[in-house]
Amino acid sequence: MIPGSFSYHRPTTVADAVKLLSTLGDDARALAGGHSLIPMMKLRLATPEHLVDLHGIDGLNAIRRDGNRIVIGAMTTQHQLLASDEIARSLPILHETALLIADPQVRYMGTIGGNVANGDPGNDMPALMMTLGASYQLEGPTGPREIAASEFYQGAYFTALEPGELLTSISIPVPAAGHGYAYEKLKRKVGDYATAAAAVILTMAGGKVASCAIGLTNLHETPLLATDAAQAVIGTSLDDATLKKAAAAAVAIMSPAADARGPVEYRKHVGGIMVTRALKRAAGRAG
Amino acid sequence: MAKTHVTMKVNGAEVEGLVEPRTLLVHFIRENLQLTGTHIGCETTHCGACTVDLNGMSVKSCTMFAVQAAGADILTIEGVANADGTLSALQEGFRMMHGLQCGFCTPGMIIRAQRLLQENPNPSEEEIRMGISGNICRCTGYQNIVRAIQYAAAKINGVEFQEAAE
Ligand SMILES: Cc1cc2nc3c(=O)[nH]c(=O)nc-3n(C[C@H](O)[C@H](O)[C@H](O)COP(=O)(O)OP(=O)(O)OC[C@H]3O[C@@H](n4cnc5c(N)ncnc54)[C@H](O)[C@@H]3O)c2cc1C
Ligand code: FES
Ligand code: FES
Repeated sequence: MIPGSFSYHRPTTVADAVKLLSTLGDDARALAGGHSLIPMMKLRLATPEHLVDLHGIDGLNAIRRDGNRIVIGAMTTQHQLLASDEIARSLPILHETALLIADPQVRYMGTIGGNVANGDPGNDMPALMMTLGASYQLEGPTGPREIAASEFYQGAYFTALEPGELLTSISIPVPAAGHGYAYEKLKRKVGDYATAAAAVILTMAGGKVASCAIGLTNLHETPLLATDAAQAVIGTSLDDATLKKAAAAAVAIMSPAADARGPVEYRKHVGGIMVTRALKRAAGRAG
Repeated sequence: MAKTHVTMKVNGAEVEGLVEPRTLLVHFIRENLQLTGTHIGCETTHCGACTVDLNGMSVKSCTMFAVQAAGADILTIEGVANADGTLSALQEGFRMMHGLQCGFCTPGMIIRAQRLLQENPNPSEEEIRMGISGNICRCTGYQNIVRAIQYAAAKINGVEFQEAAE
């Protein structure tokens, strides 16, 4: 399994990478960790004639705090996320999710930017970014722009990225102190993509849910925000009847593809269970 | 496609070669450098038989291009023995604890375990199992591989290897 021929480019600035991508057009692809792109090239599901490797660009893998937001460079690897004290402290759900992606070797290579830009419904970061209310900084031939994660995903492998555009960083508002969080992922084995997964961020006040966001992975051709399900739990103490109602509201918006991970009905069923588990675990952690 | 000249350091020695951009690192290592201890098991980034250490990271060399590794510092199984030719702690552990049967997965296991022990010199059994979860062995069922890594950790830490109670 050897990919088709291509020319390799290694620009040293974002501006040069954007220039290459926009002049080379549809035949060019950005190369980040390569752990989605290279497997697809080996299978000839992707046949780019030019690869623009982003590893030569300095400063794309910094993690920094900017007021009440955490800004993560697109080339930050899952391994770097796991090693970061700032992430562990401010965004523990990101730490938890990164640890559930693939295996150690893949995590050394796979980047957060590649994960969110890839547009594969199976990627774990996109639904989490929507749940966290993150936004993406893009740099293109006409300059920079910012887009909310919740507006980025348009279909399987189809995103709001315009030709020649690069994702440079992700900006995430730090959740309220004492928030509860959980990423529940059902997979067949360590290192597998989700059969179904749910992200929950919530706050509690006086034993009742005060705010809540729920995201869903691999249960539709795009990541989803389960808004009705989140609404259903606000003001409740997450009693069994409420949990049932929330799971049902989440299942109602799921339309997963049937694949080796199971038929549609099964995936929706376990999707509901992931929502219930994530809600319970998040509530248990809320301070 | 025009070939590119690449240089890198492999097992402490400067090496060079001409590669097409699409040449995978594992093929460069096996075919250009004739270092055939790094194996190809699945080619789909799942089995870990092709794992090498690259700039302090365990990477699956079947999912990286040789051109990307230009200038890198790489360690393969051929470079892990002690300078005097004796077996490294991990090699000794795999031998003593019967951590291999066919041995096909072993180079990747050892390279991965070496990085794991550098990051976490005293891993729990759970941490070892998670740490090698990107490496598949079809022969030994992992129990003896875990013991081999525990043996090596004890040896590196200068403590006596204690079998965990069943
Ligand atoms: C065995 C295995 C198991 C895996 N399991 C999981 C899993 O459980 N969960 C999960 O989420 N992922 C999983 N992955 C995917 C892995 O996390 C990938 O690394 C990730 O999806 C893509 O990130 P990358 O940096 O490797 O991107 P690449 O493969 O380099 O790129 C992916 C796509 O995004 C584009 N791109 C990359 N960076 C940018 C950028 N900055 N701006 C614009 N476009 C960009 C590329 O052009 C390409 O189209 C797995 C991969 C493997 C091989
Ligand atoms: S051959 Fe590289 S992971 Fe299997
Ligand atoms: S010893 Fe044969 S595959 Fe591991």
